[in-house]
Amino acid sequence: MYNKKVMDHFMNPRNVGEIADPDGMGEVGNLKCGDIMRIYLRIDPTTDVIEDIKFKTFGCGSAVASSSIATEMIMGKTVEEALKLTNKDVLKELGGLPTIKVHCSVLAEQAFKAAAYDYATRHDKHYAALENYSPEEAEHDHHHDEDED
Amino acid sequence: MKTIYMDYSATTPMKPEVIEAVSDAFKHHYGNASSIHHIGQDAKVLLQQAREQVARLIGAEPREIFFTAGGTESDNWAIEIALETKPGKHIITTSVEHHAILHPLEALEKKGYRVTYLPVDEYGMVSPEQVAAAIEDDTILISVMYINNEIGSINPVEEIAEVAAQHGILFHTDGVQALGNIPIDMSANQISMMSMSAHKIYGPKGVGALYIRKGVRTVPLIYGGAQERKVRAGTENIPGIIGFAKAAELARENLTAHIERLSGLRDKLRDGIMNQIPQAKYNGHPTKRHPGNVHVCFKYIEGESLLLLLDMKGICASSGSACTSGSLDPSHVLMNIGLTHEIAHGSLRLTLGDFTTEDDVATVIEEIGPIVQRLREMSPLTE
Repeated sequence: MYNKKVMDHFMNPRNVGEIADPDGMGEVGNLKCGDIMRIYLRIDPTTDVIEDIKFKTFGCGSAVASSSIATEMIMGKTVEEALKLTNKDVLKELGGLPTIKVHCSVLAEQAFKAAAYDYATRHDKHYAALENYSPEEAEHDHHHDEDED
Repeated sequence: MKTIYMDYSATTPMKPEVIEAVSDAFKHHYGNASSIHHIGQDAKVLLQQAREQVARLIGAEPREIFFTAGGTESDNWAIEIALETKPGKHIITTSVEHHAILHPLEALEKKGYRVTYLPVDEYGMVSPEQVAAAIEDDTILISVMYINNEIGSINPVEEIAEVAAQHGILFHTDGVQALGNIPIDMSANQISMMSMSAHKIYGPKGVGALYIRKGVRTVPLIYGGAQERKVRAGTENIPGIIGFAKAAELARENLTAHIERLSGLRDKLRDGIMNQIPQAKYNGHPTKRHPGNVHVCFKYIEGESLLLLLDMKGICASSGSACTSGSLDPSHVLMNIGLTHEIAHGSLRLTLGDFTTEDDVATVIEEIGPIVQRLREMSPLTE
């Protein structure tokens, strides 16, 4: 069902956990759909480099694997660079997911966006990629093919 | 790593005696039961003997057993019989049936039929009173599953069959999970039709039967040759049917011991899980229950992750979580017994069978705690 890389990231997820007093935190997904991801960021405010990233995920194998690999891809990048990553990059790095699980890779992209937005808001930073970002909309973006109530 | 198979409600491994009977049929009994010559007649005799064996398991007469390609065909056929032989546009069923009942009925709604999907109680069960209250002037069929395939609760189908009989309405039950797991005696009840499947009782896949009580008018679902007394066309799957018959024979001989042994293992597994893991909910009826079914929901975690980690330890189980159902919603059964999405996503079904050992149960009890703990530590929901 899942390839070796996905299973490796599911079985041995990187960067699981929390960061006390994070510089940014974001959570996306909802219980109805069955996956929720939370990302914590530690960022050097002068260089904007992401020095540490941790996640907690409630969800299926591909949600956990997407979370894990996304944190690896984001770690060490600047916020600006990391915001360029999309779910397609996550999918590519994982070597693909079953069609019905592709939405799990969107979750990782969105959780990071939410965390970066939180950091930007709290530190009065501005990023082009977040100009039109609205946390409320992101919340409802995840499962576009399903009725929300 | 040893495989611990705990998914018997999905399918069962064939028993060695069944494999032997099927192999023997493939090797030596290749005839078409419709042929006049001795090879054909040999198959015909075996077919009749098989019919007798399946009938004996449920206290029916051989001529009340019609072989099919499995439970799904039997369910569809039972509905077709009601449609074609009874005047009326209304059907009663439950909201927790297998999709082999729900989906054909949903298709009929688009053709102008009215379907009442009875709500169920917290155990997934309906009462005879509920069924009686739902009957309308033009009700042509009542279909209530015998045992729920997810949470294992046993419906009072004999009482419901009586209600149906009093109103002169056909009563069908999907007996796929019940066959070989509880005593069934068609000579002592008023069930009109019952669906059965061989691969749930240690028989081969692709073969099943529909019990049709004598006197119930019958029409084919599949048209063609004159097989199965002209109501189920197609050359009989002789090796499959012989395997089904052998499985039925073994099930009848072992029924009491099977139920007693499995119930003991089931309760041991339930206690072993429930006593060590907090924030867990046991689903299904505590006593009126499939002897091999354990169904638990663990808060804060998701079913597919749980199945993957169990599989890494060799343990085969199933879940009704959204991620395993192929849709974005948890199973309709779990939703209809009133569980929240939060609880339903963390569902685990362990179903035991004749090859399950005490050691298997002990191993699962040992392995499951750390796995749940690990997923909870990773979950943002854990309090």
